[in-house]
Amino acid sequence: MTELPAKVMQSLLAGLGRFSLMVAEVLRSLTTQRLSGRDLTSQLYYIGVKSQTVVLVTGAFTGMVLCAQTYFQFHKVKMDSATLAVVSVSMCGELGPVLTALMVAGRVGASMAAELGTMRVTEQIDALRTLATHPIDYIVVPRVVATMIAVPLLTAESIAVGIFAAYLVGVHLLQIDPGYSLVNMQRFTDHRDVLMGFIKSFIFGGIIATTGCYKGMHCGQGAEGVGHATTEAVVYASIAILMSNFFLTLLLTRLLALI
Amino acid sequence: MIEVRQLRKRFGDQQVLDGVDLTIEKGESLVIIGRSGGGKSVLLKHLVGLTHPDSGQVLVDGRDISHLNERELLAVRRKFGMLFQSAALFDSLTVEENIAFVLARERNHPPQEIARRVAEALEMVEMPGIQKRKPAELSGGMRKRVGLARAIIYRPEVVFYDEPTTGLDPVVSDSIDKLVVRVCERLKVTSIVITHDMRSMQAVGRRVAMLHLGRIYTSGTPAEMMASTDPVVSRFVRGISDEKVHTF
Ligand SMILES: Nc1ncnc2c1ncn2[C@@H]1O[C@H](COP(=O)(O)OP(=O)(O)O)[C@@H](O)[C@H]1O
Ligand SMILES: [Mg+2]
Repeated sequence: MTELPAKVMQSLLAGLGRFSLMVAEVLRSLTTQRLSGRDLTSQLYYIGVKSQTVVLVTGAFTGMVLCAQTYFQFHKVKMDSATLAVVSVSMCGELGPVLTALMVAGRVGASMAAELGTMRVTEQIDALRTLATHPIDYIVVPRVVATMIAVPLLTAESIAVGIFAAYLVGVHLLQIDPGYSLVNMQRFTDHRDVLMGFIKSFIFGGIIATTGCYKGMHCGQGAEGVGHATTEAVVYASIAILMSNFFLTLLLTRLLALI
Repeated sequence: MIEVRQLRKRFGDQQVLDGVDLTIEKGESLVIIGRSGGGKSVLLKHLVGLTHPDSGQVLVDGRDISHLNERELLAVRRKFGMLFQSAALFDSLTVEENIAFVLARERNHPPQEIARRVAEALEMVEMPGIQKRKPAELSGGMRKRVGLARAIIYRPEVVFYDEPTTGLDPVVSDSIDKLVVRVCERLKVTSIVITHDMRSMQAVGRRVAMLHLGRIYTSGTPAEMMASTDPVVSRFVRGISDEKVHTF
């Protein structure tokens, strides 16, 4: 009976080990190899530019529903003009980074795992290695760097659009006073909230790309293997984002209080 | 040039290589034959350091490569060119970009030189003028030729071919065999060809080694193999299945 848990534990640890080795190799490559500008730009285009629609729609509707829901509660205690402040603080520190990262994980993380997985099962990764090219340098690093640049920018976009949409809903639909609302929003939204969102989204970008690439590079045989890798990339990245978000909130709140 | 000593490798509970010993001399053309699923591709991947053995050594010019890390291996592999069973072209790149891959990444070749060498390599494999096509638009035989062009453009010392004729019709197979011989003679490379095609074996091999049950069972000239009275060898070269053993 003790064999099964031991096996599960062993494969889990082996996976974590391989993942750490990959991350270490990415860091080594970043410090010792030259990153090709062309590879980076094409990844930035695909990951950043092409993800905008989905991220903007997510941001806008999150801001809108958050505004409506907050208003319904606050209206009861006559705190209508604090509505946008709540929207802004939670969009900047939590919802913006997390929802953007989850959407990008579904779009970009999945396609990275599928693309790299297909390259692996069709021996293209092995071909790369025989052509004296390290797969980490050529495939993984441009994707990781591009995602870590793109996700914070997408998050900023999503926060801005979310707050703007919330403003429209609040002022035009729910008849909140625009002047008081904006003043309150600025008073309660701290630069620390913005900084927290920025740091989080940077880390989430790293999680999405490394998980997607890892799952693709180590996928099983055949079409089934690629399918599995794709699903797992999204699931693992999403869970990692949600879990790390909690700890990052605790940690960053402490750290940012110091500055 | 390449020496393999007591190479062992298992996947799960399947012992694929069980003590392979093999020596490959500079400039020779060796054919490795053996049944499908017998571990020929696995052996080839060990020779170029794509897979690490459980035990045993692979010596390239006297240096054991089986314990080098990936970055150290990259330098060793610059001497090797490999044609994969599936050609393994990068399907997001054009034919030209595929062939120029190594040169473009080395960053010290001017674009005109790269274009000239790509054209030369395509000429060599008798596929001139297809630079701008994508791999998906090519037939199986054409892909293998492009794969070969990609492997020889940077002048490797050894070229490995994994079943270059499998899946092609007899006429295309024959032209690929001739191409293998021509590349070997013109570029003076060592070539190692894996096949289970007896016509191919006779066309390209000077020496043949047979992989059977995870070891080099026997070796000799193609003529010796064809004339062999050994039951395992003669059954294989004549293509007769052994009813007592399940064949897959
Ligand atoms: N990466 C791998 N993981 C598990 N099994 C493998 C792997 N590569 C090869 N094998 C197994 O090793 C055996 C030999 O495969 P291979 O070398 O491809 O045979 P062939 O002689 O036809 O080229 C096969 O049974 C295959 O299933
Ligand atoms: Mg094979």
